Amino acid sequence: MKLYPTIGLEIHAELMTESKVFCTCSAKFGGEPNSRCCPVCSGLPGTLPVLNSKAVEYIIKAGYIMNCEISRFTKWDRKNYFYPDLPKAYQISQMPRPVCLGGYVDIESEGKTKRMRINRIHLEEDAGKLVHENRISLADYNRCGIPLIEIVTEPDFHSAADVTAFFEKIRLMLQYAGVCDGRLEQGSMRCDVNISLAPEGSDTLGTRTEVKNLNSLRAIQRAVEYEIYRQTELIENGERVIQETLHFNDATGETSSLRSKEDAHDYRYFPDPDIPPIIFTEEELAAIKADIPEMPQQRYERYTKEYGISGADAAVLINTKAVSDFFEAAVKAYDNPKPIATFITVELMRRINLGEVDAENIPFAPENFARLVELAETGKISKDNRKMILRDMTASGGTPDEIAEREQLWIKEDSELTEKTVDEILAANPKAVEQYRNGETKVFGFLMGQCNRALKGSASPAAIKRVLEEKLK
Amino acid sequence: MDITKVSLKELRKALDDKEISAAELAEEYIGRIKTADAEVESYITVTEEQAKIAAEQAQKLIDDNKAQPLTGIPLAIKDNICTDGIRTTCASKMLENFVPPYNATVIEKLNGQGYVLLGKTSMDEFAMGGSTQTAAFSKTKNPYDTGRVPGGSSGGSAAAVSAGLAPAALGSDTGGSIRQPSSFCGVTGLKPTYGRVSRYGLIAFASSLDQIGPIANSAEDCGILLNAVAGRDEHDATSAGVPVEDFNAKIGQSIKGMKIALPREFFGDSTDDEVKQAVTAAAKEYEKLGAELVDCSMSSLKYAVAAYYLISGAEAASNLSRFDGIKYGLRGEGRSFDEMIRDSRSRGFGAEVKRRILLGNYALSSGYYDAYYRKALALKQQIIKEYNDIYAQADVILTPTAPTVAYRIGEQETDPVKMYLADICTVTVNIASLPAISLPCGYNADGMPIGMSLVGKRFDEATLIQTADAYQRNFTVMPNKFRA
Repeated sequence: MKLYPTIGLEIHAELMTESKVFCTCSAKFGGEPNSRCCPVCSGLPGTLPVLNSKAVEYIIKAGYIMNCEISRFTKWDRKNYFYPDLPKAYQISQMPRPVCLGGYVDIESEGKTKRMRINRIHLEEDAGKLVHENRISLADYNRCGIPLIEIVTEPDFHSAADVTAFFEKIRLMLQYAGVCDGRLEQGSMRCDVNISLAPEGSDTLGTRTEVKNLNSLRAIQRAVEYEIYRQTELIENGERVIQETLHFNDATGETSSLRSKEDAHDYRYFPDPDIPPIIFTEEELAAIKADIPEMPQQRYERYTKEYGISGADAAVLINTKAVSDFFEAAVKAYDNPKPIATFITVELMRRINLGEVDAENIPFAPENFARLVELAETGKISKDNRKMILRDMTASGGTPDEIAEREQLWIKEDSELTEKTVDEILAANPKAVEQYRNGETKVFGFLMGQCNRALKGSASPAAIKRVLEEKLK
Repeated sequence: MDITKVSLKELRKALDDKEISAAELAEEYIGRIKTADAEVESYITVTEEQAKIAAEQAQKLIDDNKAQPLTGIPLAIKDNICTDGIRTTCASKMLENFVPPYNATVIEKLNGQGYVLLGKTSMDEFAMGGSTQTAAFSKTKNPYDTGRVPGGSSGGSAAAVSAGLAPAALGSDTGGSIRQPSSFCGVTGLKPTYGRVSRYGLIAFASSLDQIGPIANSAEDCGILLNAVAGRDEHDATSAGVPVEDFNAKIGQSIKGMKIALPREFFGDSTDDEVKQAVTAAAKEYEKLGAELVDCSMSSLKYAVAAYYLISGAEAASNLSRFDGIKYGLRGEGRSFDEMIRDSRSRGFGAEVKRRILLGNYALSSGYYDAYYRKALALKQQIIKEYNDIYAQADVILTPTAPTVAYRIGEQETDPVKMYLADICTVTVNIASLPAISLPCGYNADGMPIGMSLVGKRFDEATLIQTADAYQRNFTVMPNKFRA
């Protein structure tokens, strides 16, 4: 009997609004504990929530990019439960009337294009954070009231690869839409995974478990793989999977029980009387839709079709929004996308991957980067010197022109010097010259290199090649 | 000048004419409170020091001819309205030492005029009750007979005005909490249209029903207070964008031709004969003034109390969940979070509050939601419809405010169902978001005040004040011993 996993996701994404969802406190990450809260978000008696319209705009954008239907009528509900990080003892959320209903996202996974359906997306508030020290628990309410969207999928996933591909895709889409910064290390996106196993071809699903609060791609992948393994073992040994909520331990790579179905909360949802429902007009929705920036897929199409960039390079560019934005700005400064793209994918990405450069904080302006490419393309400097200048730009913060001047890297095309240098090299390598003249033409590259090095980029390779060929005749 | 016998307008004039200073006026009230409130127990906190400072500041405005209608006027505030730096208890052990770090919007507005806060008045715990006897402290007495309840939940505010311990006060009304104590204490209380006054800073009981409103000696005085506190507030999304008029603008206009509806069901067997007679006599007075009486019916009234207790209980259960003793309020003990909040809430809340929380949570529980909460919401729609039908043929509605006069302490408040049923005359107004004013219309054989209520169309407080004022011009108030 082959067991087949079925997986559904609930993804929480924090919206990048300036202020919180029901008060005017800053929604920035971090800060001294309890420095970003007020009577409203810390739930003091008598205070009332007032909905941040920007958060509503953002969830509508999220809905559109995931092909959802936007409800023309939407309202908020209270989800009641006691927990020390929830100062009102209820979370303002949405139950029967979420902002977004039905939708889908197409992903590439395991060599196939798969359509993953979205059940709903709703807007709610984040809770605070508890810090446990020795035997005391401390509450930090800075995160209380940061707007969250919860994306609930249909159970369309069947492997860890499906899940991670989807998570990465929507992370990128939300970033491009300007809805969520996608900073996983700051908890901007968290994923709950519902997993069940059933014999392949079976009509019914098995008992599911829910792994809560996974906040990195690696954790998601490991948790899914572990849970599939754990449930498979149970079923194959004739044991039962218990419906429960699980915690994934990053250190051990295993899941453990948080609470069983019997301990599940009765959240006693009911309409929040403090927040009037919203009715959207077609004009309002059209204006929000028109405001959605270009999505990664659209950029990919433009890069490959209009700019003639290879599919592989285009993919590298779009997969980090900061890099793609950098590319866009560079192209604006120097309208020659192909060499810019190549220099980014070959050189800049290498430095990013090595950790020398932070993609979110590239230490030089895209205009300067573009100028560097332009200098090489127009023969003002040698292509080999680009890397050196880039490294210098990173360290010194100088412009390419300044550095080329300081290091004397301009190609001068001084034919006298070139001829003199070539003569010296040929004189110093009589054996190579002989080999070449005997038909071993591959030594030409060696001689080119020698000349090039001696000339330190002050002559273009084409000029050296011309002189060298002349002298070797 | 006997300060207990003058209107707010006359107090204003006396202050502006320098017949009395703001400090003297505040002092006189503080003095009266010190003498009489040991018996009435209408205040939980008396803010003597703050009153002195506020009076001095007010006097400067008066001296600079910058006085507004409430500059230098002393007021009492119900103790569920947050006052920055001043203890706000909701008459609960839970909040016995709670000092809010912010002002309710109504307080900001009153401060803007330079009012003088006398103190915070008692109430039923978290505004749940109609007797002020569920208060954890300051169980207020009725100034007309201190062996009787003052009504509730704004019993402290109504008794303070009635006993001359404040010229006017703010209360709050969720199911009758301004009108019923006004009726029991022989004063005038106005529950504004839902959304007319910001709820920001009012410690919530039932958010869809709560409304802050004035309690005073006359409809005109109520209008002066309402003028000061009404209006759209960006901190309360349920506050209405309806422009604030002068609520006293229609005072003195003839009510000739006005149609006053009397829904039969409010004059049924459960209402005392003395009450029915007094309200019917008042209706006759209106007829004499040229109004036309319209007979009508509200058939859903018999379900109103049930609907009210389900909706208000559900919202209360959720609103009161925040009292866990973590950041403020009574902090219980325990080895775990659950044990700690259980202990906080067991000790902090009184029996009536616990009963409402249980009721509300039950109504919202999975499996019961459709049977209770959803049905209550359907009834709300029905009640709104029936009111609309009546307003198609009438301008205002006249009913008794309560089925009885104030009862003796210990007589009724121990039987919750009996207590709940006594709200029959007032709850539909909150369910339908309407404005209503209660004013005295007579006294029973024991000399206890009887109140009647005028219910208006949404945002038509001006007509209510006009109509109430027309009656009050010919009505003689029988003072209690504290104002004799």
